[in-house]
Amino acid sequence: MHLDHHLESPAAVSADARRPDGSRRALRIGLGGPVGSGKTATVAALCRALREELSLAVVTNDIYTREDAEFLLREAVLPPERITAVETGACPHTAIRDDISANLEAVEDLEDEVGPLDLVLVESGGDNLTATFSRGLVDAQVFVIDVAGGDDIPRKGGPGVATADLLIVNKTDLAPYVGSDLGRMAADAKTVRGELPVVLQSLRSEDGVREVADWVRERIAAWTA
Amino acid sequence: MSRAALLVLADGRFPAGGHAHSGGAEAAVRAGRVTDAASLEAFCRGRLHTSGVVAACVAAAAALGADPGDLDRAVDARTPSPALRAAGRRLGRQLMRAARATWPSPELDAVASLFPKGAHQPVVLGAAARAAGLGALDAAYCSLYEGVSGPATAVVRLLGLDPFDATGVLARLADDMDRVARDAVETAERVVSDGVGVLPARSAPLLEIGAEAHAARAVRLFAS
Repeated sequence: MHLDHHLESPAAVSADARRPDGSRRALRIGLGGPVGSGKTATVAALCRALREELSLAVVTNDIYTREDAEFLLREAVLPPERITAVETGACPHTAIRDDISANLEAVEDLEDEVGPLDLVLVESGGDNLTATFSRGLVDAQVFVIDVAGGDDIPRKGGPGVATADLLIVNKTDLAPYVGSDLGRMAADAKTVRGELPVVLQSLRSEDGVREVADWVRERIAAWTA
Repeated sequence: MSRAALLVLADGRFPAGGHAHSGGAEAAVRAGRVTDAASLEAFCRGRLHTSGVVAACVAAAAALGADPGDLDRAVDARTPSPALRAAGRRLGRQLMRAARATWPSPELDAVASLFPKGAHQPVVLGAAARAAGLGALDAAYCSLYEGVSGPATAVVRLLGLDPFDATGVLARLADDMDRVARDAVETAERVVSDGVGVLPARSAPLLEIGAEAHAARAVRLFAS
């Protein structure tokens, strides 16, 4: 049966909204950003916040270990069969932008094996400010920076900060200790991003991921509308 | 036949998943067998004349239209390491995705439907070459070049080897690649008339052993 579908769909699927069997595929959201900014912690918090209401899965892109996938497994945010690690050959941005084949395969295998899914979170390996996801891999992307990385990062901009569908400024609880000016970060982000949304969050606080989870819910609603 | 299509297929940036694989180079670096440009050259030459020959013959035969199922089984039989067989199928599946999007063709669709989880990479490479309007010699060249350029690029990342030295290694292998590619086409023509039994069965035991050791490592830069 599976074979027939392949024959009926001459083009390989990537950004197509339908799976080979005609059903709607999961919404795919990418999370990118520098090393240590809190991508994995945000993914874990999102899984906890959304797993009761959505069928979801995660693809991690670790650089040379399975550290991120194992963190998520250890935290038991999802059953292990819903978490897949992709190996990126020392080039995390290649795997999410220039050659997305391994990530597409991981997403499709998850849909085949544990689907139907509403949402797949694709977490990039920690990278630099120019790393963005291909539109062939994700439908929306989140860029995660943190206050400890320097409060001049929003001003510096770059494709991730300037064009991501959502910018998260993480670890706001650390601002007083590292001398980061949150007001300035928010204002600089507004300057480079225009109307695109920015969330300042601390996952240390109660329900710290709420705003981001709400943004994901809006995306899901638009995807399934 | 389009020469430009050959450049598209042979381009290291062709999005078919190869960037995450080292062709056994990472295992060889870890084991201390590749440490500089000279040992990289020896490694690549060894690969070219062993597993490289087999892959080139298979790719060329697939480009001539030999049965993909027979070719795939022949590759299985010539690849003792389960880790290498898995990597070869994964790369085949990823190449199939890129090839179908790039050169849509009913023949490629048919191979994809026979192997939903991936045929071996050289089988798909030959089928992709065919879909691109390329010939057996082109497929053999692509296979051979990939087989040595992958490790060379990986070693630049793994050892910080001077990229000019790594490219020099590839240039020095050019004559060998020419000879092996021509021989591969002759073999491929015999595969079409006499079956896959005439395919060579050369192998490099250290590549197979290294692949198994690599697959068991918790910390690694490349998938294979």
